[in-house]
Amino acid sequence: MTKEKREILIFFIFTLAVLITPFFLQGSYFLNVLVFIGINTMLAVGLNLLLGYAGQISLGHAAFFGLGAYISGILTTRFGLDPWFALVIAAVANGALAFVIGFPILKLKGHYLAMATLGFGIIMFIIFNETVAVTGGPSGLSGIPNIQISSLIFDNDLRNYYLIWIITLLVMLFSINLSHSRIGRALRAIADSEVAARVLGVNARVLKVQIFTVSAVISAIAGSLYAHTMTFISPASFGFNFSIELVTMVIIGGLGSIYGSFLGAAILTILPEFLRVLRDFDIIVYGLLLIIMTMYMPGGLISGLTRIAEFIVGKIKSRGARHA
Amino acid sequence: MLRLDKITKIFGGLTALTDVSLEVRKDSITGVIGPNGAGKTTLFNIVTGLYTQTSGDVYLGEKNISRFATESLAALGLVRTFQNVELFGKMTVLENVMVGLHTKSRSGIISCAFKLPGQIKEEKMIAEKARHWLEFTGLIADAPNSANNLPFGKGRILEIARTLAVEPQLILMDEPAAGLNSQETTQLAVLIRKIRESGITVVLVEHDMDLVMDICDSIIVLNLGKKLAAGTPREIQENKAVISAYLGDS
Repeated sequence: MTKEKREILIFFIFTLAVLITPFFLQGSYFLNVLVFIGINTMLAVGLNLLLGYAGQISLGHAAFFGLGAYISGILTTRFGLDPWFALVIAAVANGALAFVIGFPILKLKGHYLAMATLGFGIIMFIIFNETVAVTGGPSGLSGIPNIQISSLIFDNDLRNYYLIWIITLLVMLFSINLSHSRIGRALRAIADSEVAARVLGVNARVLKVQIFTVSAVISAIAGSLYAHTMTFISPASFGFNFSIELVTMVIIGGLGSIYGSFLGAAILTILPEFLRVLRDFDIIVYGLLLIIMTMYMPGGLISGLTRIAEFIVGKIKSRGARHA
Repeated sequence: MLRLDKITKIFGGLTALTDVSLEVRKDSITGVIGPNGAGKTTLFNIVTGLYTQTSGDVYLGEKNISRFATESLAALGLVRTFQNVELFGKMTVLENVMVGLHTKSRSGIISCAFKLPGQIKEEKMIAEKARHWLEFTGLIADAPNSANNLPFGKGRILEIARTLAVEPQLILMDEPAAGLNSQETTQLAVLIRKIRESGITVVLVEHDMDLVMDICDSIIVLNLGKKLAAGTPREIQENKAVISAYLGDS
């Protein structure tokens, strides 16, 4: 209980920080970076439900992100649908797809599941590229309208910042609630010992498919928001590399930790700015980062930071005790 | 309570169980013993749906559960523990037992994610009942600790506490005393008796003969996949076939 209360308190502080940050920033460059961090946080938190809680890998999550973006982009540019309506359709369609492919795919475990989701990601990437008549192919899809609430159009960085972050915060709250519920516990039980969870009556197969579906829906929402804030999308953003980046965000942030996913997303959003000199070799840095993290900080950054904080608090307390 | 009718299990070319029939009386403590490789764990795996038998049927009460999936058995009141303690290591001791209340609660993903009023009430019920079972098994002081940090003996008890939370009719325990010291084994015997007194039937596979002879009402002996004998502890101790199976006949 206390752990849950602490998490809710941290969530309020985090929300406050998110809401006031724009007042301290000048120029739109930083806001723009923060918008990307918001989208990536949403994606990482969504993947964390699957990877961090249920312990099931997906190397194809960029495809769900891309599908959300394309469905939204196509429905608004070609059929003139309202972006909100397109977002809902993208979310539902992604959920339905994840549900259908989830049943056969999630029967697989470990490397086999990794391969199957990888395959799904590659198939979707090929579809984005090759169905030129629908998606615009490699040259992309442009002229996607901004999201609008009556007369308020989300067409500048500040407005987009609030739009993206409010939805990201909702996804985070959703995820915190879930982790302290019977569903969250059942998922973590599956990750630790699937057979023991099943003996206790947890329907592991159905639950895995459900969380895979939820995760895909969150990715679709992120994709749709991405399309409407960027107004331009192309397949390059939704390839295998991005799937790997998402997994890296979740792992270096800390499996099963919502704020860890935020940290991971923030680092992997900012890092490329510094890695530009390396051009295409930047993926080597991500690989090294993953190796180093799993070797020396397997609980991710968040548990590393918690350990350091506890160490400092312990030092202060023991010093205080000596003085008394 | 539990009845096995001519269970045969063949793995490829290896026959693990041959025509094993047995019956477990309600409110009894039944021991299944036998030398290594006798088929004891295979029998448990078949009853709990982890393996499918080649032929034969399993009845729980009047119900034929031969083709039931593992996860559907908890709701019918059949649970088990494992030889190599399968704890949810990254969760707390309390949370481990809370998972045991999965079948006693209904909230789905949506009501959990949005914290709907029914879910909050249910969550309270789950925590209360889980605490009750930790008190019952004497683990309440460890409730907030990580399950990974429990000493091995307590881990075994936690696994039992978790199955009790399902409020089962029948618990199968796979070598509950393996790896326990003599003091822990004594405590385990007390707990198993207490479980039986609360109206739950217990079946255990065990190598610790002192424990088996001490707490079991009836014993079933398996050897090389066949039922060798069944009876009270005294009858089993005097059974010639059993003695020769354990000591070898020459």
